[in-house]
Amino acid sequence: MSNGARLRQRAGAALWRRPWLRGVLTLSPPLLWFLVVYLASLVTMLVTAFFSVNSLTGSVVYQWTWSNFSQILTQPVYGSIILRTLVMAVAVTVTDALVALPFAFFLAKIASRRWRQLLLAMLLLPLWASYLAKVYAWINILSDKGVLPGIESRLGLPTTHIAYSNIAMWIVFSYLWLPFMIVPIYGAFERVPDSLLEASSDLGAGAWSTFRWILLPMVLPGVVAGSIFTFSLTLGDFITPLLIGGSSSNFIGNAIYDSALNGGNLPFAAALAFVSIAIMAVYLLLARFAGAFEAL
Amino acid sequence: MNNPRFRRWTGFSVMALILSLGAVPATFAGSAGASSSTPPTQGMAPQQSVGKGEGTLNLIAWEGYAQPQWVAPFTKSTGCKVNVKYAGSSSEMVSLMANGGGHQYDLVSASGDADLRLIYGGNVKPINVNLVPSWKQFRPFLQAPSFNTINGRHYGISYEFGPNVLLYSTKTFATAPTSWSVLYNKAYKGKITVPNNPIQIADAALYLSKVKPQLKITDPYELTQTQFKAAVSLLKTQHPLIKKYWDLASQEISLFQNGSVVAGAAWPYQTNTLQAAGAKVADTIPSEGATGWADTWLLATNAPHPNCAYKWMQYVSTPKVQAEEALYFGETPANTQACAIMNTLQKGGCAAYHANAPASYFSTIKFWKTPLAACGNGKSNCVDFTQWQQAWTQIAG
Amino acid sequence: MRLSRFTRGGLALFATFVVFFLIAPLLVIVLFAFDASNVQTFPIHHWTTSWFSVAWHDPAVRGALWLSLKAGVLATAIALVLGMLVAFGIHRFRFFGRDTVSLLLVLPIALPGIVTGLALQSAFNLAGIPFSLYTIVIGHATFCIVVVFNNVIARLRRTSMSLLEASADLGASPVQTFRLVTMPMLSTAIIAGALLAFALSFDEVIVTTFTAGAQNTLPLWIFGAIRLGQQLPEVNAVVVGVLVLTLAPIAYAARISSGESVGKSAGSGT
Repeated sequence: MSNGARLRQRAGAALWRRPWLRGVLTLSPPLLWFLVVYLASLVTMLVTAFFSVNSLTGSVVYQWTWSNFSQILTQPVYGSIILRTLVMAVAVTVTDALVALPFAFFLAKIASRRWRQLLLAMLLLPLWASYLAKVYAWINILSDKGVLPGIESRLGLPTTHIAYSNIAMWIVFSYLWLPFMIVPIYGAFERVPDSLLEASSDLGAGAWSTFRWILLPMVLPGVVAGSIFTFSLTLGDFITPLLIGGSSSNFIGNAIYDSALNGGNLPFAAALAFVSIAIMAVYLLLARFAGAFEAL
Repeated sequence: MNNPRFRRWTGFSVMALILSLGAVPATFAGSAGASSSTPPTQGMAPQQSVGKGEGTLNLIAWEGYAQPQWVAPFTKSTGCKVNVKYAGSSSEMVSLMANGGGHQYDLVSASGDADLRLIYGGNVKPINVNLVPSWKQFRPFLQAPSFNTINGRHYGISYEFGPNVLLYSTKTFATAPTSWSVLYNKAYKGKITVPNNPIQIADAALYLSKVKPQLKITDPYELTQTQFKAAVSLLKTQHPLIKKYWDLASQEISLFQNGSVVAGAAWPYQTNTLQAAGAKVADTIPSEGATGWADTWLLATNAPHPNCAYKWMQYVSTPKVQAEEALYFGETPANTQACAIMNTLQKGGCAAYHANAPASYFSTIKFWKTPLAACGNGKSNCVDFTQWQQAWTQIAG
Repeated sequence: MRLSRFTRGGLALFATFVVFFLIAPLLVIVLFAFDASNVQTFPIHHWTTSWFSVAWHDPAVRGALWLSLKAGVLATAIALVLGMLVAFGIHRFRFFGRDTVSLLLVLPIALPGIVTGLALQSAFNLAGIPFSLYTIVIGHATFCIVVVFNNVIARLRRTSMSLLEASADLGASPVQTFRLVTMPMLSTAIIAGALLAFALSFDEVIVTTFTAGAQNTLPLWIFGAIRLGQQLPEVNAVVVGVLVLTLAPIAYAARISSGESVGKSAGSGT
């Protein structure tokens, strides 16, 4: 055995005997990344929320103030923007869960292997088409001279005119994030052994009882995991409201974007971001208790 | 509390707290936002000659300001590859330049309302106009206008100017509307679009200055609290009539092409694009007059490619590019020699876009400027831009 | 679970509708890539294939595509290394704050992208770091780590540690064990994670808006083209091109994810 190999083996043995050392070596690079890059940035931004801005030059004035938060709390428009965002995030999450549950069930438990492959590919395909192009495709579909009214009028049906409205946003958001809901639920269904379902029906449970009492509790963490995506993605979006929203469609994201980039008011944008973080923290807390992190 | 879950969460918050206490406050010490009466970069000496191009040029521009028709020949002759970031408002341009972009971008095609903020923010620096030969052909009042020339220092070269127009569907309006009042008319509920931009308050103020003379509005950008409130409440009554507040020029184009709206506040760019696609639309400047823009290519303080930037300034001030841009966007060039070329490119093009109009035409447009507390009346009782921004959130929210 | 023929048929029909809903907008994208007019309405009056050649020859498209590829590859590489490390660490070791770490990892995808973007922008500004390819990569890698982590840790939880111990007992060095035992066990999970991470990076627009410099990634170029409204069919042509290029990796990803259950039962059988 050469010296080098012996050294390597000795080092390996040393590591094997000192698990804490291996732990530190394994975990410190990723943790350092998160602490230095991510958490430090978040904290920097949150501190900025307590500053204000020089209205002429847009440069930050480093004097501690609560004014950004008091503005958000006292001006009713921010209340309605936050409420609108929340309602949309909940509506999209519920819609996607209702669509994804039966679909993922079919995918995992009924479809043949060949079909499953095909359906999974169809599910993954939209993830590779540009998000912006997909939103724009929906403009082409829903516009007054779009594909949907065009087909409807050809079929002699009454035409739908829902472009640039909150309904259009609800459809587009549900569309965009649906795969993010289906994938974790599919994974959860997959982990349910078929034998369990057979046992349930052997013991006389009907399909519905099996679903309600065996399947649903087992896939619920998957649903919650998917809902973290749909909820957070909707909560933080500003491009879909901008592209397809109507005259009263501003989201928290739009308010952040307008303050940061249009208004040049970074501190105010940071204060609004604080609101999103608080909402998401509550949501994660609830999700945590539902055991979603194991299923992510 | 003995709940293990609870403990995990506290562990996390303690970690975040430690980090926030230890890492951050030190970095904030010592910096202070400052603005004084002399631009911070006033003393910087502009370069005396244009050297070899750096191979790249990074622009912040309005939509339609970096079209392949004139960018491709520029790249071919100078070797400067052009990257463009489009910005939909003057404020966005200021943010892009102020937030670290100052080290990225070479030139920004800002309008008058952004120029002073960029100049006094130290984001742009003096240029040497002698290195831009076509500058001598500019209309005299655009050689050293107050929005880009301070204390005799030029911070950029003027480009083009034009009015914000009333765009309308010729199916709905057989003759051109003569008043901005169509945008406030309940008859067109859900059929109107205006820009999603706080500066829109000035359009309302301009309209009010004519229809409500008792408000005594003389300048739509210098509004007292009473005048400002009147403009804002007019825009709030407009909200239910709006189909969409447009953010991108293409949205208004699509709204008109789909017949979803019949009237809107627009740039001539939208009109030209729509008419080229065969849409039945036209635009007009109503009797109340119009707000507008006068754009300048400003040189970034830390421009990484100054030679390409000068080459671009030289190139876009030539009569040919000025004429192409003017016809493409629907605006008036700064270069007086562009008129003849406009006529050869498009019959009557020069007169249509006022390229031969006397200097007095310029004064009919209320050009965008930054609303400041210290307004022209000598007192500091005007509403500043931060409040415009917040009011706009209330209106469009 | 015995389902009536009616229920199975109903579910199959529903699944077909969902797939149609997922795919129809993509068909619209393809359709409008052939629209001669840059102001798009339906039905399309004039057809053309010229947008594909416009896109192919457009230097802005090439530059953006190249930047997106570079950013995606770099972000995925960082995410692979860090995501695997943290998955091994969390799976193997019990330590104080272990759950905090897994929560921390989830944060970049659980918190809205605009928050991540704004936070990174503020920090880069404060630190005086100019925006560049690397600031884009830092932003992307941060949320890609969790994607790799999720895939790898899910596989680790399903595999038995005794295999690794057996390998060490038989005299293999940690490196050999890693190369000959761990990696083959994890390979499909790693590939799936890497593909997803690359896809997310390649299409990311919200965080990138805040962390990109003057150069455009492909999504930023698309946003610019959309706001300009002059080259909308060119956007469609580019997206169609990207879709065609990604068909093969997607088919592969679908095969390995649909094969999970089969592989699992085969694994337990041997």
